[in-house]
This record gives sequence, C-alpha cells and structure tokens, in this order.
Amino acid sequence: MPEKAKIVLEHFHFYYGADMALKDVNLQIPPRQIFAILGPARSGKTTLLKSLNRLTDLIFGTNHTGHIFLDHQEIYDSQISLPELRRRVGMVFDLPTPLPQSVFENVAYGPRLKGIAQKRRLEEIVEKALRAAVLWEEVKDRVSSSALRLSGGQQQRLCIARVLALEPEVIMLDEPCSGLDPISTASIERSLTELKEKYTVILVPHNIQQASRVADRVGFFLSGELVEEGPVDQIFTRPKDKRTEDYISGKFG
Amino acid sequence: MAFSSISILALIAFFIFAQGVPLIWRVGPASFLLGERWFPSHGSFGILPMIVGSFWVTLGALIVGVPLGVACAVFLCELTPPSVSLVFRPTIQLLAAIPSVIYGFWGLIVLVPLIRNNLGGPGLSVLAGSLVLGIMILPTIISISEDALHALPRTFKEGALSLGATHWQTIWRVLLPAARSGIVASVILGMGRAVGETMAMIMILGNAAQMPRSILDSARTLTTNIGIEMGYATGDHRQALFATGVVLFFIIMGLNTLAIVISRRRRA
Amino acid sequence: MISRYTSQRVGKGVVWVAAFSTLAVMIWILLQVLVEGLPLLNLDFFMDSPRQMGRTGGIFSTIIGTLALTAVAIVIATPLGVGTAVYLREYTRESRVSRIIRFGTDCLAGVPSIIFGLFGFVFFVILLRMGWSILSGGLTLAAMILPTIICTAEEAIKAIPYSYREVSFALGGTRWQTVAKVILPNAMPGIFTGVLLGVGRSVGETAAIILTAGSSLLIPTSLFSPTRTMSVHFYILAREGISMEMAYATGAALILMILGINTLANWLLWRYFRKVGG
Repeated sequence: MPEKAKIVLEHFHFYYGADMALKDVNLQIPPRQIFAILGPARSGKTTLLKSLNRLTDLIFGTNHTGHIFLDHQEIYDSQISLPELRRRVGMVFDLPTPLPQSVFENVAYGPRLKGIAQKRRLEEIVEKALRAAVLWEEVKDRVSSSALRLSGGQQQRLCIARVLALEPEVIMLDEPCSGLDPISTASIERSLTELKEKYTVILVPHNIQQASRVADRVGFFLSGELVEEGPVDQIFTRPKDKRTEDYISGKFG
Repeated sequence: MAFSSISILALIAFFIFAQGVPLIWRVGPASFLLGERWFPSHGSFGILPMIVGSFWVTLGALIVGVPLGVACAVFLCELTPPSVSLVFRPTIQLLAAIPSVIYGFWGLIVLVPLIRNNLGGPGLSVLAGSLVLGIMILPTIISISEDALHALPRTFKEGALSLGATHWQTIWRVLLPAARSGIVASVILGMGRAVGETMAMIMILGNAAQMPRSILDSARTLTTNIGIEMGYATGDHRQALFATGVVLFFIIMGLNTLAIVISRRRRA
Repeated sequence: MISRYTSQRVGKGVVWVAAFSTLAVMIWILLQVLVEGLPLLNLDFFMDSPRQMGRTGGIFSTIIGTLALTAVAIVIATPLGVGTAVYLREYTRESRVSRIIRFGTDCLAGVPSIIFGLFGFVFFVILLRMGWSILSGGLTLAAMILPTIICTAEEAIKAIPYSYREVSFALGGTRWQTVAKVILPNAMPGIFTGVLLGVGRSVGETAAIILTAGSSLLIPTSLFSPTRTMSVHFYILAREGISMEMAYATGAALILMILGINTLANWLLWRYFRKVGG
C-alpha cells in the first residue's frame, strides 16, 4: 500500500454480551479512498462501523479484544476523548435522522457542541458543509425552515452535511441510500466521489451494484468474519475465496 | 438528587415513627389498636373505633365505586365510539382534580340532609361518607379499568363474537374476566385513595369517636382522627395522633405494595 | 331461561344507567357550587381580603396564599423531579437502583395528604423551626407533587426517539450536552404538562396545608408568614358554618381555577401529541 493506512484493525473481536459479532478482524483501510463493506444481513457491518467511532460504547454489555488504530493511535485507549474521536470519525446512519430543528441548526449542531458560537463563523461552516454535501443550492433560501420538511434524499444529504461541518477525517456511511429514490441515490453517490478527495470514506453499500459503481476497495464480511478484501476490480472479477464469489454472483444474499 | 423520592419517603417514615411509636409502646400495642375508648384528656388512647370506621367507610366506598366504575369503563370501552371516549377521558381527569373539600361540601349540603330526613340519624354518617368516597374513587377505578380493557388483544373479542356470542356475553364472560387483574389493581388503588381521604370525611362523617353500630351512625376514620385534633393536641395526645399516622402508614404501604406487585405481574 | 338477547339488553341497559348516573352526579356536584357561587363572583370579591373571619369581604389574601404556596412547591419540585427523571432514563439503565427509586416514587405517590401534613409539621414547622409558613407549606407540597413530576417527565423523555441521542453522540456530544440540547428541549411540553398537573394538585390540597401553613387571614409578607389558601378558607367557612354564601363563592372560584388549569394542561398535551405524531 503506497500510503500508510488510516485505520488499522488488529485481531479485533467484538461481543454483544456473550454473542460474538465480529471475529478476528484484521483490516487496513487506506486514506482518501472509498472502502466498501459488503456482506449479507447480520454479518457485522454496522457493528464494525460503530466500533470505529465507539458508538458501541452506548450499548450496555458490549466487549472487545484486539485493537483499532486511527493514525497509529489506539482508539480504545482510556486517554482518548470520545467526543473528539467521534468528530474525527463521523457517521451517517441508514435512516435520515434530522433533529427537529431548522436546517441551519441541524448542521450547526456539531460545531456548537465543539464550542463555536460566533454567528458569522457558524454561517460560514454551515454553507461550506451544505455545498460539500451538494445540498446548498436546494436549501439556501430556506435554511431557517424545519429540516423535517425536506424530502428523504435531501434529509440524508443534510445528515452528510452535519458530519462534514465538523471537518472529520473519516466519514462512515451505513446504507445511506436505503429508502431513497434513484435520483437522490445518484446525487449521493456523486457527492461520495467528490468527498473521497478530502476524506477517507467507509461505505456499507445498499447493494453490490452500488459498491461496483463507487468503491475503490472492497471488504467482504460473512457472519462477523472478514473473508476477503482488495481492490474493487479484483474482488468483482477474480475473488480469491469461493464464498466471496458466491455472494458476488448472487448465489446467496 | 435522583434519590430524592426515596429519601423523602424514608424521612417521612422516620419522623412519623419517631413521634408515634414511643406512645404505642407506652400504652401497649394491644391496648392502642384494640382499645375502644378514645379519651385523650383522660389518657385513653384506643383507636379501634377509628379502625372500624375506616374499614366500614372504605368498604362502603368500594361497594358503591367498583360496580359503577367498572360499568363506566365498560361503557367507555365497548359501548361508545372512540370519539366519545376521547372526550370522556379528559373529563374524568378533570373530575379527579376537583379538590376533596368540594366533594365534602356537596355531601354536607345535599347528602347529609337527605339521609337525615329520609333515613333518620344525624345524617352525618357512615352512609354519607361511603357514598361520597365511592364517587371520589370513581375516576381512579374508571381510568385504570378502562386501560385494562383497552389493552386486551382484539382477538379475544373477535374470537368470542365469531363463536356466536352476543356482545354482552363477550363483555361479561370474556373481556371482564380477562381484564380481571387490571380491575383488581384499580380497586386496590381506589382503596388506597379511600383510606387516605381526610377533608371530605371530616365534613360529613360526624366525627364521633365511638364504634359505629349502623351505617347511619357517625364515625371517625384514622385520617379524620388526626385531621380534627391535630390543631390543638399537645404532649401525649399529639403523639397519639402520630401513632394513628403510623397505623395509617402501614395500611397504605401494604396496599401500595400490593398494587405495585399486581401491576408488575400484569406487565410480565 | 332468559334468552341471551334479553340478558344483553338488561346488561347493557344497566351499564348505560350506571354511566349516565355517574355523569349526572358529577355534574350535580360541580353545579351545586357553581350555580350558587358564580353570581357572587365579582372583581371586588377577588381584590378584597376576608373580613370578620370571612363573613364578609373577599378572598384576596387567600389567593395570594394559594399562589405563593404553589410557586414554592413548583420551584422546588420541578428541578428535583426533572433531574430524577433524567437520571433514571439517561444516566442509568434498568437496574436494582433504578427499580428502588421507582418503587419509592410510586409509594410516595400513594401517601395520604394527612401524613404529609404530619411530616411537614414535625419536620419543617417544628424541627427546622420554619413555623407555620409559606415555606413549610410549600416544601411539604413539593414533596407531594414530586412523584407526579417525575412520572410525567419520565414519560416525556421516554417518548424522544433513540435516534436523536445517537445522532448527538455521533456528532461529538457528551452525555450532558445531549441531555441539555436534545432531550430537555424536546421533552419540555410533556414536562410542562406535568408541572401544570402539580399546580392543580397544589391548589386543591387542604389537609397538608392546614398543618403546615397555618390559617392566617392576613396577606403574607414573607416566606415565613403563615397564610391561608383558597381551599383551606373554603373548608373553614363550610365547617365552621361562618357563611354559606362566602363558602359558595370561594368554592366557585376554586373550581374555576382548577378547571382552568386542567383544561390548559389537556389542551397543551393535545397540541403536543398532534405535533409529534404529525
């Protein structure tokens, strides 16, 4: 790998109580690329994402062994500031979840938490984030109206803008286009391609085709295990593992 | 801060007991609880008349309130369209918010003369108290019983009807028995409210510190005993009133715990 | 054998009679006081203080007393209650501790007002030497309405979707920030309704107040002044037979106040659920 990896997982196991959700994951995620995580339902994809910014800490009774490094720093180290980690590794969920406030307030929420209070500065940040999420043109006239009035696709791009407002280093998206119409899906996929120039993107795609459209590298997960990972072309045309091949060709889903 | 409710409860128990228990000990628990004479000025502290009074009044309230309350719950749940019960619910809440002194006042002005003129006795009686108390616990019984009926799966009703039962048969033989534990919970909560009622009872029970021999007799309850004499009691007398509070506390805690246990079992 | 259709008619008939007689009695009780009392209400009645032990005059000092006691109770019980609810729902999970707290709250809700009165008397009036005063009465009232506030606040907080919290944490929020910026603002309507219910309860409370706030007819001058509330005044007028006319009038004013508060609370709840549901 030409550049050093942004995120490294080493022998990472994750447990919900007694259930093992992730088994011995060893993975290196390169910076400024789109890394897609493929796999059938219940294979641990969301758990993996939420482990990377320790959102799993919110759930009671979870446990892990192994390590996760962000820029060579162990994220489970007790000295780590959780809010800081989550600002560096942002997450967009599968269902659009705007807060019941105006568009502006939604995007400004993260920066405000960080302590930015100056109106001018917040306005700059909000505009920049909305532009980067390809939403600015559509909402610039109604930035103070309720975010709940936006369409599904717009709300999801709002969620992306919310994360971008914090200038993260990594952006994780968990099936961001589920429930969206093809046009919104296409515009989000377009923004992803632009985003990877600045950020490391980890994507759980909605389906295999989406991965083939946007991803640079792909990791295939099955029942919590990383079966195989590599460049997108290699995984799709010359998969090394039979299970990967079966999944790609649709033998199971 | 979160332990405030527990701490307050503990404080209440502590202080009431601290004031009351010494007197119970001094007078002797048997003599206190079973003594028939309440003459504080002579040092007689038997609260049996009050226990009996509370018992009769509460029983009477349940006899009045439970059938009426359950009937109203059935009415709201089964015999009216949802729009009507939507209006009824806040109305019932409203009625629950009416202060007890208003109920007592009505009892004083309307019921007491009615009883006195038609049935004899002073009018200020166990009967009057039971009737008013029964009305006062209606909101509790209605709302909880109604909740219990509403919570029943639709399949109960649909199943019974499709087997050829009439609506009424369904209500009487299927729904009410199924909602039994919820109704019982409402009854216990109603009992708690009845036992704890003070102001209305002071106004219409007549407050004779004697064993009521018939429902037309005046009587006192544990609560009214405290409420009437606390204003001027001192020394031992005052402690005896706290002791009455101790007995009341036990009864209420017992009822409360029973209600909580039953409602927890329902949810499980 | 009675046919089942006959028994149905009888059964349903009984229920209808029961329901309507209940409604009728309730209305009778309210009208009894309102019909006689409403005509007597006028501005003078509200602005003038009771004279000759309440035989004439108005109820001004009792209105002040009612407002003061309610205010003290709300100011103390609301932060305490909301704080407990936030703690139960946001800072702990279901555990032994939270079950104990809930049990305590449920029990506290069932304690009769006269017991609160006894407690308030021995603790605030005597032990803490506050005497018969607004402070003693207000603190006792606060203890009485605490369970109501905890309950409604908890329900309001429970109704907030989990996703709001997850989003707040994912954007770098601490637990406290999440509570302050997302949970509390969204739970406010529900909490406010609970506060209004507490107000309604305070206004109607009598037994506990007589034992802790006294029954002075003078306009209170400080938190340590004794005072009489409208419901206490009503009770004394009726029981001592001082003046039936004044009793009716005071009772009518009392009912109006409570009806007003409850209607406001219900309207707010209705509006809140429409907004959240829609």
